[in-house]
Amino acid sequence: MVANPAPEIAPVAVASAPVPSKKSESRGLGFYYGSYQALKNINMPIYEKKVTALIGPSGCGKSTYLRCFNRMHDLYPGNRYEGNIMLYPDHTDILNPEVDPIEVRMRISMVFQKPNPFPKSIYENVAYGLRVRGERKRALLDEKVEEALRGAALWEEVKNRLDDLAFNLSGGQQQRLCIARALATDPEMLLFDEPTSALDPIATASIEQLLAELKEKITILIVTHNMQQAARVSDYTAYMYLGELIEFDATDTIFMKPMNKQTEDYITGRFG
Amino acid sequence: MATAEHLSKQFDVDLETLRSRMLQMGGLIESQILAAIEGFYTGNLKALEQVIENDRRVNAYEVSIDTECSHIIARRQPAASDLRMIMGVSKAVTDLERVGDEAKKIAVVSKQIHESGRLQIPRLADIRSAGSVVVGMLRKALDAFARLDSVAAAEVIRDDAAIDEAFRGIVRQLITFMMEDPRTISTALEIVWIARALERMGDHSKNLAEQVIYIVKGTDVRHTNFEDVERQASR
Repeated sequence: MVANPAPEIAPVAVASAPVPSKKSESRGLGFYYGSYQALKNINMPIYEKKVTALIGPSGCGKSTYLRCFNRMHDLYPGNRYEGNIMLYPDHTDILNPEVDPIEVRMRISMVFQKPNPFPKSIYENVAYGLRVRGERKRALLDEKVEEALRGAALWEEVKNRLDDLAFNLSGGQQQRLCIARALATDPEMLLFDEPTSALDPIATASIEQLLAELKEKITILIVTHNMQQAARVSDYTAYMYLGELIEFDATDTIFMKPMNKQTEDYITGRFG
Repeated sequence: MATAEHLSKQFDVDLETLRSRMLQMGGLIESQILAAIEGFYTGNLKALEQVIENDRRVNAYEVSIDTECSHIIARRQPAASDLRMIMGVSKAVTDLERVGDEAKKIAVVSKQIHESGRLQIPRLADIRSAGSVVVGMLRKALDAFARLDSVAAAEVIRDDAAIDEAFRGIVRQLITFMMEDPRTISTALEIVWIARALERMGDHSKNLAEQVIYIVKGTDVRHTNFEDVERQASR
Protein backbone atom coordinates (compact mmCIF):
# COMPACT_ATOMS: atom_id res chain seq x y z
CA MET A 1 0.00 0.00 0.00
CA VAL A 2 1.41 3.33 -1.01
CA ALA A 3 1.55 5.75 1.90
CA ASN A 4 -0.11 9.09 1.30
CA PRO A 5 2.45 11.87 0.85
CA ALA A 6 2.56 14.25 3.80
CA PRO A 7 -0.05 16.94 3.20
CA GLU A 8 1.39 20.23 2.04
CA ILE A 9 0.72 23.15 4.28
CA ALA A 10 -2.17 24.69 2.45
CA PRO A 11 -1.92 28.30 1.40
CA VAL A 12 -4.37 30.50 3.28
CA ALA A 13 -7.74 28.79 3.00
CA VAL A 14 -9.94 30.92 0.81
CA ALA A 15 -12.76 28.49 0.12
CA SER A 16 -14.58 27.03 3.11
CA ALA A 17 -13.41 23.70 4.53
CA PRO A 18 -15.07 20.53 3.19
CA VAL A 19 -18.37 19.80 4.95
CA PRO A 20 -18.06 16.79 7.26
CA SER A 21 -20.51 13.91 7.15
CA LYS A 22 -23.74 14.06 9.14
CA LYS A 23 -24.37 11.92 12.16
CA SER A 24 -27.90 13.14 12.56
CA GLU A 25 -30.38 15.56 11.11
CA SER A 26 -33.61 17.14 12.32
CA ARG A 27 -36.29 17.57 9.68
CA GLY A 28 -39.34 19.69 10.36
CA LEU A 29 -38.92 18.94 14.04
CA GLY A 30 -41.66 20.29 16.27
CA PHE A 31 -42.47 19.59 19.90
CA TYR A 32 -45.49 20.27 22.08
CA TYR A 33 -45.76 20.27 25.86
CA GLY A 34 -49.49 19.62 25.83
CA SER A 35 -50.88 22.41 23.69
CA TYR A 36 -47.82 24.64 24.04
CA GLN A 37 -45.51 24.48 21.04
CA ALA A 38 -41.96 24.57 22.34
CA LEU A 39 -40.14 23.76 19.10
CA LYS A 40 -41.07 24.98 15.65
CA ASN A 41 -39.90 23.43 12.42
CA ILE A 42 -36.26 22.81 13.30
CA ASN A 43 -34.13 21.72 10.36
CA MET A 44 -30.54 21.21 11.40
CA PRO A 45 -27.62 18.86 10.78
CA ILE A 46 -25.41 17.41 13.51
CA TYR A 47 -22.01 16.69 12.01
CA GLU A 48 -20.19 13.54 12.90
CA LYS A 49 -17.35 13.70 15.44
CA LYS A 50 -17.84 17.41 15.88
CA VAL A 51 -19.10 19.39 18.84
CA THR A 52 -22.30 21.30 18.13
CA ALA A 53 -23.37 23.88 20.70
CA LEU A 54 -26.92 25.10 21.26
CA ILE A 55 -27.14 28.63 22.63
CA GLY A 56 -29.98 31.01 23.26
CA PRO A 57 -31.82 32.81 26.06
CA SER A 58 -33.79 30.96 28.71
CA GLY A 59 -36.92 29.37 27.30
CA CYS A 60 -35.65 29.28 23.72
CA GLY A 61 -36.06 25.49 23.49
CA LYS A 62 -32.46 24.34 23.53
CA SER A 63 -32.90 21.80 26.35
CA THR A 64 -36.24 20.73 24.90
CA TYR A 65 -34.48 20.11 21.59
CA LEU A 66 -31.68 18.19 23.27
CA ARG A 67 -34.12 15.91 25.07
CA CYS A 68 -35.74 14.90 21.81
CA PHE A 69 -32.54 13.11 20.85
CA ASN A 70 -32.78 10.55 23.62
CA ARG A 71 -36.56 10.45 23.80
CA MET A 72 -36.58 11.84 27.32
CA HIS A 73 -39.89 13.53 26.66
CA ASP A 74 -41.47 10.06 26.41
CA LEU A 75 -41.26 9.83 30.17
CA TYR A 76 -43.97 12.43 30.67
CA PRO A 77 -47.56 12.23 29.42
CA GLY A 78 -49.03 14.91 27.15
CA ASN A 79 -45.88 15.50 25.10
CA ARG A 80 -45.92 15.21 21.33
CA TYR A 81 -43.20 15.14 18.69
CA GLU A 82 -43.54 16.27 15.09
CA GLY A 83 -41.21 15.64 12.15
CA ASN A 84 -38.11 13.42 12.28
CA ILE A 85 -34.68 13.15 13.77
CA MET A 86 -32.67 10.90 11.50
CA LEU A 87 -29.69 9.00 12.81
CA TYR A 88 -27.03 7.96 10.31
CA PRO A 89 -25.65 5.84 8.78
CA ASP A 90 -28.62 3.53 9.29
CA HIS A 91 -31.28 6.22 8.61
CA THR A 92 -33.21 5.42 11.77
CA ASP A 93 -35.84 7.98 12.74
CA ILE A 94 -35.26 8.40 16.49
CA LEU A 95 -38.79 9.75 16.96
CA ASN A 96 -40.55 6.84 15.28
CA PRO A 97 -42.77 5.26 17.98
CA GLU A 98 -41.72 1.84 16.71
CA VAL A 99 -38.10 2.57 17.63
CA ASP A 100 -37.32 1.41 21.18
CA PRO A 101 -36.33 4.41 23.31
CA ILE A 102 -34.05 2.24 25.45
CA GLU A 103 -32.10 1.32 22.35
CA VAL A 104 -31.94 5.00 21.39
CA ARG A 105 -30.55 5.81 24.85
CA MET A 106 -27.85 3.17 24.46
CA ARG A 107 -26.72 4.82 21.26
CA ILE A 108 -27.24 8.41 22.42
CA SER A 109 -26.28 9.08 26.04
CA MET A 110 -26.90 12.16 28.11
CA VAL A 111 -24.97 14.01 30.81
CA PHE A 112 -26.92 16.45 32.94
CA GLN A 113 -26.22 19.77 34.59
CA LYS A 114 -26.12 18.52 38.14
CA PRO A 115 -23.89 15.46 38.48
CA ASN A 116 -26.26 12.60 39.32
CA PRO A 117 -24.31 9.42 40.06
CA PHE A 118 -26.33 6.47 41.30
CA PRO A 119 -26.13 5.66 45.04
CA LYS A 120 -23.70 2.88 44.23
CA SER A 121 -19.99 2.32 43.95
CA ILE A 122 -17.91 4.00 41.28
CA TYR A 123 -17.58 0.63 39.52
CA GLU A 124 -21.28 -0.14 39.62
CA ASN A 125 -22.20 3.29 38.30
CA VAL A 126 -20.22 2.71 35.15
CA ALA A 127 -21.18 -0.95 34.80
CA TYR A 128 -24.90 -0.30 35.22
CA GLY A 129 -25.78 0.28 31.58
CA LEU A 130 -23.87 -2.82 30.56
CA ARG A 131 -25.61 -4.94 33.19
CA VAL A 132 -28.99 -3.67 31.97
CA ARG A 133 -27.94 -4.84 28.54
CA GLY A 134 -27.39 -8.30 29.99
CA GLU A 135 -23.63 -8.32 30.29
CA ARG A 136 -22.50 -10.76 33.04
CA LYS A 137 -18.89 -11.60 32.34
CA ARG A 138 -16.78 -9.98 35.03
CA ALA A 139 -13.69 -9.73 32.83
CA LEU A 140 -15.57 -7.89 30.12
CA LEU A 141 -17.23 -5.56 32.62
CA ASP A 142 -13.85 -4.79 34.18
CA GLU A 143 -12.44 -3.98 30.78
CA LYS A 144 -15.34 -1.76 29.75
CA VAL A 145 -15.41 0.04 33.09
CA GLU A 146 -11.70 0.83 32.84
CA GLU A 147 -12.08 1.93 29.23
CA ALA A 148 -14.96 4.25 30.11
CA LEU A 149 -13.17 5.72 33.14
CA ARG A 150 -10.08 6.32 31.04
CA GLY A 151 -12.24 7.94 28.37
CA ALA A 152 -13.60 10.29 31.03
CA ALA A 153 -10.08 11.09 32.31
CA LEU A 154 -11.00 9.68 35.73
CA TRP A 155 -9.26 6.29 35.83
CA GLU A 156 -5.99 7.39 37.44
CA GLU A 157 -7.85 9.10 40.26
CA VAL A 158 -10.19 6.21 41.08
CA LYS A 159 -8.50 3.00 39.95
CA ASN A 160 -7.59 2.04 43.51
CA ARG A 161 -10.99 2.75 44.98
CA LEU A 162 -13.53 1.49 42.50
CA ASP A 163 -15.67 0.13 45.31
CA ASP A 164 -15.96 3.49 47.04
CA LEU A 165 -19.34 5.18 46.94
CA ALA A 166 -19.63 7.58 44.03
CA PHE A 167 -20.92 10.29 46.41
CA ASN A 168 -17.48 10.50 47.98
CA LEU A 169 -16.07 12.06 44.82
CA SER A 170 -15.81 15.83 44.29
CA GLY A 171 -18.30 17.63 42.03
CA GLY A 172 -15.98 17.62 39.03
CA GLN A 173 -15.11 13.97 39.57
CA GLN A 174 -18.79 13.03 39.91
CA GLN A 175 -19.49 14.74 36.62
CA ARG A 176 -16.68 12.85 34.96
CA LEU A 177 -18.10 9.66 36.47
CA CYS A 178 -21.42 10.50 34.83
CA ILE A 179 -19.56 10.93 31.55
CA ALA A 180 -17.89 7.55 32.07
CA ARG A 181 -21.29 6.02 32.75
CA ALA A 182 -22.54 7.56 29.51
CA LEU A 183 -19.51 6.25 27.61
CA ALA A 184 -19.78 2.69 28.90
CA THR A 185 -22.40 1.67 26.35
CA ASP A 186 -20.22 2.85 23.44
CA PRO A 187 -22.66 5.50 22.34
CA GLU A 188 -22.44 7.16 18.95
CA MET A 189 -23.56 10.49 20.31
CA LEU A 190 -23.28 12.29 23.64
CA LEU A 191 -25.72 14.92 24.78
CA PHE A 192 -24.58 17.44 27.39
CA ASP A 193 -27.11 19.66 29.11
CA GLU A 194 -25.12 22.54 30.67
CA PRO A 195 -22.55 20.07 31.98
CA THR A 196 -20.35 22.57 33.81
CA SER A 197 -22.90 25.05 35.20
CA ALA A 198 -22.58 23.53 38.66
CA LEU A 199 -18.78 23.22 38.61
CA ASP A 200 -15.91 25.52 39.58
CA PRO A 201 -13.64 26.98 36.87
CA ILE A 202 -10.95 24.33 37.17
CA ALA A 203 -13.40 21.44 36.96
CA THR A 204 -15.07 23.26 34.06
CA ALA A 205 -11.78 23.55 32.20
CA SER A 206 -11.04 19.86 32.67
CA ILE A 207 -14.48 18.89 31.34
CA GLU A 208 -13.93 21.17 28.36
CA GLN A 209 -10.59 19.51 27.70
CA LEU A 210 -12.33 16.16 27.93
CA LEU A 211 -14.84 17.25 25.29
CA ALA A 212 -11.98 18.08 22.94
CA GLU A 213 -10.65 14.54 23.40
CA LEU A 214 -14.02 12.80 23.22
CA LYS A 215 -15.00 14.36 19.93
CA GLU A 216 -12.27 12.40 18.17
CA LYS A 217 -14.49 9.36 18.56
CA ILE A 218 -18.00 10.57 19.36
CA THR A 219 -20.42 13.17 18.07
CA ILE A 220 -21.30 15.71 20.74
CA LEU A 221 -24.28 18.03 21.20
CA ILE A 222 -24.01 20.47 24.07
CA VAL A 223 -26.46 22.97 25.49
CA THR A 224 -24.76 25.85 27.26
CA HIS A 225 -25.83 29.25 28.47
CA ASN A 226 -22.19 30.24 28.67
CA MET A 227 -21.41 31.77 25.31
CA GLN A 228 -17.71 31.81 25.82
CA GLN A 229 -17.84 28.09 26.52
CA ALA A 230 -19.71 27.56 23.26
CA ALA A 231 -17.02 29.60 21.49
CA ARG A 232 -14.25 27.59 23.16
CA VAL A 233 -15.48 24.05 22.78
CA SER A 234 -17.70 23.82 19.73
CA ASP A 235 -17.12 23.45 16.01
CA TYR A 236 -20.68 24.41 15.09
CA THR A 237 -23.12 26.64 16.94
CA ALA A 238 -26.89 26.91 16.70
CA TYR A 239 -28.67 29.98 18.03
CA MET A 240 -32.26 29.38 19.06
CA TYR A 241 -34.99 31.77 20.09
CA LEU A 242 -38.59 31.13 21.09
CA GLY A 243 -38.51 27.57 19.81
CA GLU A 244 -37.03 28.36 16.43
CA LEU A 245 -33.60 27.84 14.96
CA ILE A 246 -32.43 31.34 14.06
CA GLU A 247 -28.96 30.58 12.77
CA PHE A 248 -26.65 27.59 12.44
CA ASP A 249 -23.07 27.83 11.23
CA ALA A 250 -19.43 27.14 12.01
CA THR A 251 -18.61 28.57 15.44
CA ASP A 252 -15.92 30.87 14.05
CA THR A 253 -18.46 32.43 11.72
CA ILE A 254 -21.15 32.81 14.35
CA PHE A 255 -18.77 34.54 16.73
CA MET A 256 -16.96 36.72 14.17
CA LYS A 257 -19.56 37.56 11.54
CA PRO A 258 -23.05 36.16 12.14
CA MET A 259 -25.50 36.58 9.28
CA ASN A 260 -28.55 37.29 11.39
CA LYS A 261 -28.98 40.45 13.42
CA GLN A 262 -30.77 38.55 16.22
CA THR A 263 -27.76 36.26 16.57
CA GLU A 264 -25.43 39.26 16.56
CA ASP A 265 -27.49 41.03 19.23
CA TYR A 266 -27.49 37.95 21.47
CA ILE A 267 -23.83 37.18 21.32
CA THR A 268 -22.74 40.78 21.74
CA GLY A 269 -24.96 41.28 24.75
CA ARG A 270 -27.35 43.66 23.04
CA PHE A 271 -30.16 41.25 23.71
CA GLY A 272 -32.96 42.91 25.62
CA MET B 1 -23.91 46.51 11.90
CA ALA B 2 -25.57 46.27 15.28
CA THR B 3 -26.11 49.76 16.58
CA ALA B 4 -28.40 49.08 19.54
CA GLU B 5 -26.94 49.57 23.01
CA HIS B 6 -25.43 46.79 25.04
CA LEU B 7 -27.19 45.60 28.15
CA SER B 8 -24.02 46.71 29.89
CA LYS B 9 -23.96 50.51 29.75
CA GLN B 10 -20.35 50.53 30.84
CA PHE B 11 -19.41 48.51 27.76
CA ASP B 12 -21.10 51.12 25.57
CA VAL B 13 -19.17 53.85 27.36
CA ASP B 14 -15.89 51.95 26.95
CA LEU B 15 -16.39 51.47 23.21
CA GLU B 16 -17.49 55.06 22.68
CA THR B 17 -14.46 56.35 24.59
CA LEU B 18 -12.23 54.21 22.42
CA ARG B 19 -13.74 55.50 19.21
CA SER B 20 -13.62 59.14 20.22
CA ARG B 21 -10.04 58.81 21.42
CA MET B 22 -9.08 57.47 18.04
CA LEU B 23 -10.78 60.38 16.30
CA GLN B 24 -9.01 62.84 18.61
CA MET B 25 -5.70 61.20 17.71
CA GLY B 26 -6.60 61.55 14.03
CA GLY B 27 -7.42 65.22 14.47
CA LEU B 28 -4.08 65.89 16.14
CA ILE B 29 -2.24 64.11 13.35
CA GLU B 30 -4.06 66.10 10.66
CA SER B 31 -2.93 69.34 12.23
CA GLN B 32 0.61 67.94 12.54
CA ILE B 33 0.74 67.27 8.78
CA LEU B 34 -0.55 70.72 7.91
CA ALA B 35 1.87 72.41 10.33
CA ALA B 36 4.83 70.41 9.02
CA ILE B 37 4.13 71.30 5.40
CA GLU B 38 3.55 74.93 6.30
CA GLY B 39 6.89 74.89 8.12
CA PHE B 40 8.59 73.45 5.02
CA TYR B 41 7.51 76.47 3.01
CA THR B 42 7.85 79.23 5.61
CA GLY B 43 10.93 77.99 7.43
CA ASN B 44 9.29 78.88 10.77
CA LEU B 45 11.65 76.94 13.04
CA LYS B 46 9.53 77.31 16.17
CA ALA B 47 6.51 75.86 14.41
CA LEU B 48 8.60 72.94 13.13
CA GLU B 49 9.95 72.29 16.62
CA GLN B 50 6.40 72.23 17.93
CA VAL B 51 5.48 69.51 15.42
CA ILE B 52 8.48 67.46 16.54
CA GLU B 53 7.56 67.94 20.18
CA ASN B 54 3.88 67.05 19.61
CA ASP B 55 4.80 63.62 18.29
CA ARG B 56 5.07 62.51 21.90
CA ARG B 57 1.35 63.19 22.32
CA VAL B 58 0.61 61.10 19.21
CA ASN B 59 2.61 58.22 20.66
CA ALA B 60 0.83 58.54 23.99
CA TYR B 61 -2.51 58.18 22.21
CA GLU B 62 -1.32 54.98 20.55
CA VAL B 63 -0.25 53.44 23.84
CA SER B 64 -3.42 54.40 25.70
CA ILE B 65 -5.74 53.21 22.93
CA ASP B 66 -3.94 49.86 22.64
CA THR B 67 -4.03 49.43 26.41
CA GLU B 68 -7.75 50.13 26.45
CA CYS B 69 -8.28 47.57 23.65
CA SER B 70 -6.53 44.91 25.77
CA HIS B 71 -8.65 45.81 28.79
CA ILE B 72 -11.86 45.52 26.82
CA ILE B 73 -10.83 42.10 25.50
CA ALA B 74 -9.96 40.93 29.01
CA ARG B 75 -13.12 42.29 30.59
CA ARG B 76 -15.73 41.70 27.94
CA GLN B 77 -14.59 38.89 25.62
CA PRO B 78 -16.20 40.82 22.77
CA ALA B 79 -17.78 38.95 19.88
CA ALA B 80 -18.74 39.66 16.26
CA SER B 81 -18.95 43.37 15.44
CA ASP B 82 -17.59 44.42 18.85
CA LEU B 83 -14.61 42.12 18.41
CA ARG B 84 -13.98 43.42 14.90
CA MET B 85 -14.14 46.97 16.22
CA ILE B 86 -11.46 46.25 18.83
CA MET B 87 -9.23 44.39 16.36
CA GLY B 88 -9.74 47.09 13.73
CA VAL B 89 -9.00 49.96 16.13
CA SER B 90 -5.89 48.23 17.42
CA LYS B 91 -4.52 47.90 13.89
CA ALA B 92 -5.68 51.33 12.69
CA VAL B 93 -4.01 53.04 15.63
CA THR B 94 -0.66 51.62 14.53
CA ASP B 95 -1.15 53.13 11.07
CA LEU B 96 -2.18 56.46 12.58
CA GLU B 97 0.91 56.56 14.76
CA ARG B 98 3.06 55.94 11.67
CA VAL B 99 1.36 58.87 9.92
CA GLY B 100 2.32 60.93 12.95
CA ASP B 101 5.92 59.74 12.61
CA GLU B 102 5.98 60.75 8.95
CA ALA B 103 4.71 64.23 9.84
CA LYS B 104 7.51 64.52 12.37
CA LYS B 105 10.01 63.41 9.71
CA ILE B 106 8.80 66.16 7.40
CA ALA B 107 9.31 68.67 10.20
CA VAL B 108 12.79 67.34 11.01
CA VAL B 109 13.96 67.45 7.39
CA SER B 110 12.40 70.87 6.78
CA LYS B 111 14.20 72.18 9.83
CA GLN B 112 17.50 70.80 8.48
CA ILE B 113 16.93 72.41 5.08
CA HIS B 114 16.10 75.82 6.55
CA GLU B 115 18.77 75.82 9.24
CA SER B 116 21.41 75.29 6.62
CA GLY B 117 19.78 77.93 4.40
CA ARG B 118 19.79 75.53 1.54
CA LEU B 119 16.39 75.87 -0.03
CA GLN B 120 17.69 77.13 -3.33
CA ILE B 121 15.69 75.11 -5.78
CA PRO B 122 12.34 76.57 -6.79
CA ARG B 123 9.73 76.02 -4.07
CA LEU B 124 7.78 72.99 -5.13
CA ALA B 125 4.07 73.72 -5.27
CA ASP B 126 3.60 70.01 -5.74
CA ILE B 127 4.52 69.28 -2.11
CA ARG B 128 1.70 71.50 -0.88
CA SER B 129 -0.85 69.99 -3.23
CA ALA B 130 0.28 66.43 -2.48
CA GLY B 131 0.03 67.39 1.19
CA SER B 132 -3.56 68.51 0.85
CA VAL B 133 -4.51 65.31 -1.00
CA VAL B 134 -2.98 63.30 1.84
CA VAL B 135 -4.78 65.29 4.52
CA GLY B 136 -7.99 64.85 2.54
CA MET B 137 -7.46 61.08 2.41
CA LEU B 138 -6.78 60.87 6.13
CA ARG B 139 -9.79 63.01 6.94
CA LYS B 140 -12.00 60.88 4.71
CA ALA B 141 -10.71 57.65 6.29
CA LEU B 142 -11.35 58.99 9.80
CA ASP B 143 -14.76 60.20 8.75
CA ALA B 144 -15.53 56.76 7.28
CA PHE B 145 -14.48 55.27 10.63
CA ALA B 146 -16.66 57.69 12.60
CA ARG B 147 -19.70 56.93 10.47
CA LEU B 148 -18.80 53.25 9.90
CA ASP B 149 -19.20 53.88 6.18
CA SER B 150 -17.54 51.15 4.14
CA VAL B 151 -18.34 52.80 0.80
CA ALA B 152 -16.49 55.97 1.78
CA ALA B 153 -13.63 53.81 3.03
CA ALA B 154 -13.42 52.11 -0.37
CA GLU B 155 -13.03 55.53 -2.00
CA VAL B 156 -10.02 56.26 0.19
CA ILE B 157 -8.41 53.07 -0.99
CA ARG B 158 -8.93 54.17 -4.58
CA ASP B 159 -7.49 57.65 -3.85
CA ASP B 160 -4.16 56.14 -2.78
CA ALA B 161 -3.23 55.67 -6.43
CA ALA B 162 -3.31 59.45 -6.89
CA ILE B 163 -0.77 59.94 -4.11
CA ASP B 164 1.55 57.32 -5.57
CA GLU B 165 1.35 59.13 -8.93
CA ALA B 166 2.01 62.53 -7.29
CA PHE B 167 5.06 61.10 -5.55
CA ARG B 168 6.49 59.81 -8.80
CA GLY B 169 5.86 63.21 -10.40
CA ILE B 170 7.72 65.02 -7.63
CA VAL B 171 10.69 62.65 -7.92
CA ARG B 172 10.85 63.18 -11.68
CA GLN B 173 10.87 66.94 -11.17
CA LEU B 174 13.60 66.74 -8.57
CA ILE B 175 15.75 64.55 -10.82
CA THR B 176 15.50 67.26 -13.49
CA PHE B 177 16.74 69.89 -10.99
CA MET B 178 19.56 67.65 -9.84
CA MET B 179 20.71 67.04 -13.40
CA GLU B 180 20.62 70.74 -14.22
CA ASP B 181 22.52 71.83 -11.16
CA PRO B 182 24.44 69.34 -9.01
CA ARG B 183 24.64 71.87 -6.16
CA THR B 184 20.95 71.26 -5.52
CA ILE B 185 21.43 67.52 -5.00
CA SER B 186 21.55 67.40 -1.19
CA THR B 187 18.49 69.61 -0.81
CA ALA B 188 16.65 67.76 -3.56
CA LEU B 189 17.31 64.44 -1.83
CA GLU B 190 15.89 65.82 1.40
CA ILE B 191 12.78 66.89 -0.47
CA VAL B 192 12.50 63.36 -1.86
CA TRP B 193 12.32 62.20 1.78
CA ILE B 194 9.51 64.64 2.38
CA ALA B 195 7.61 63.48 -0.69
CA ARG B 196 8.22 59.89 0.37
CA ALA B 197 6.78 60.65 3.81
CA LEU B 198 3.63 61.97 2.14
CA GLU B 199 3.39 58.87 0.00
CA ARG B 200 3.72 56.69 3.08
CA MET B 201 0.97 58.68 4.80
CA GLY B 202 -1.28 57.82 1.88
CA ASP B 203 -0.49 54.13 2.34
CA HIS B 204 -1.30 54.30 6.04
CA SER B 205 -4.59 56.11 5.39
CA LYS B 206 -5.43 53.35 2.96
CA ASN B 207 -4.68 50.77 5.66
CA LEU B 208 -7.00 52.63 8.02
CA ALA B 209 -9.75 52.51 5.39
CA GLU B 210 -9.22 48.76 4.97
CA GLN B 211 -9.76 48.34 8.70
CA VAL B 212 -13.02 50.31 8.47
CA ILE B 213 -14.27 47.86 5.85
CA TYR B 214 -13.24 44.98 8.11
CA ILE B 215 -15.07 46.50 11.08
CA VAL B 216 -18.25 47.15 9.10
CA LYS B 217 -18.36 44.14 6.78
CA GLY B 218 -16.22 41.56 8.52
CA THR B 219 -14.22 41.05 5.33
CA ASP B 220 -10.46 41.45 5.23
CA VAL B 221 -9.76 43.37 2.02
CA ARG B 222 -6.05 43.84 2.56
CA HIS B 223 -4.00 42.76 -0.44
CA THR B 224 -7.04 42.44 -2.73
CA ASN B 225 -7.55 44.39 -5.93
CA PHE B 226 -9.75 47.45 -5.99
CA GLU B 227 -12.70 45.91 -7.85
CA ASP B 228 -13.03 43.27 -5.11
CA VAL B 229 -12.73 45.95 -2.43
CA GLU B 230 -15.56 47.98 -3.94
CA ARG B 231 -17.75 44.92 -4.22
CA GLN B 232 -17.17 43.88 -0.59
CA ALA B 233 -17.67 47.41 0.72
CA SER B 234 -21.00 47.98 -0.92
CA ARG B 235 -22.60 44.57 -0.27
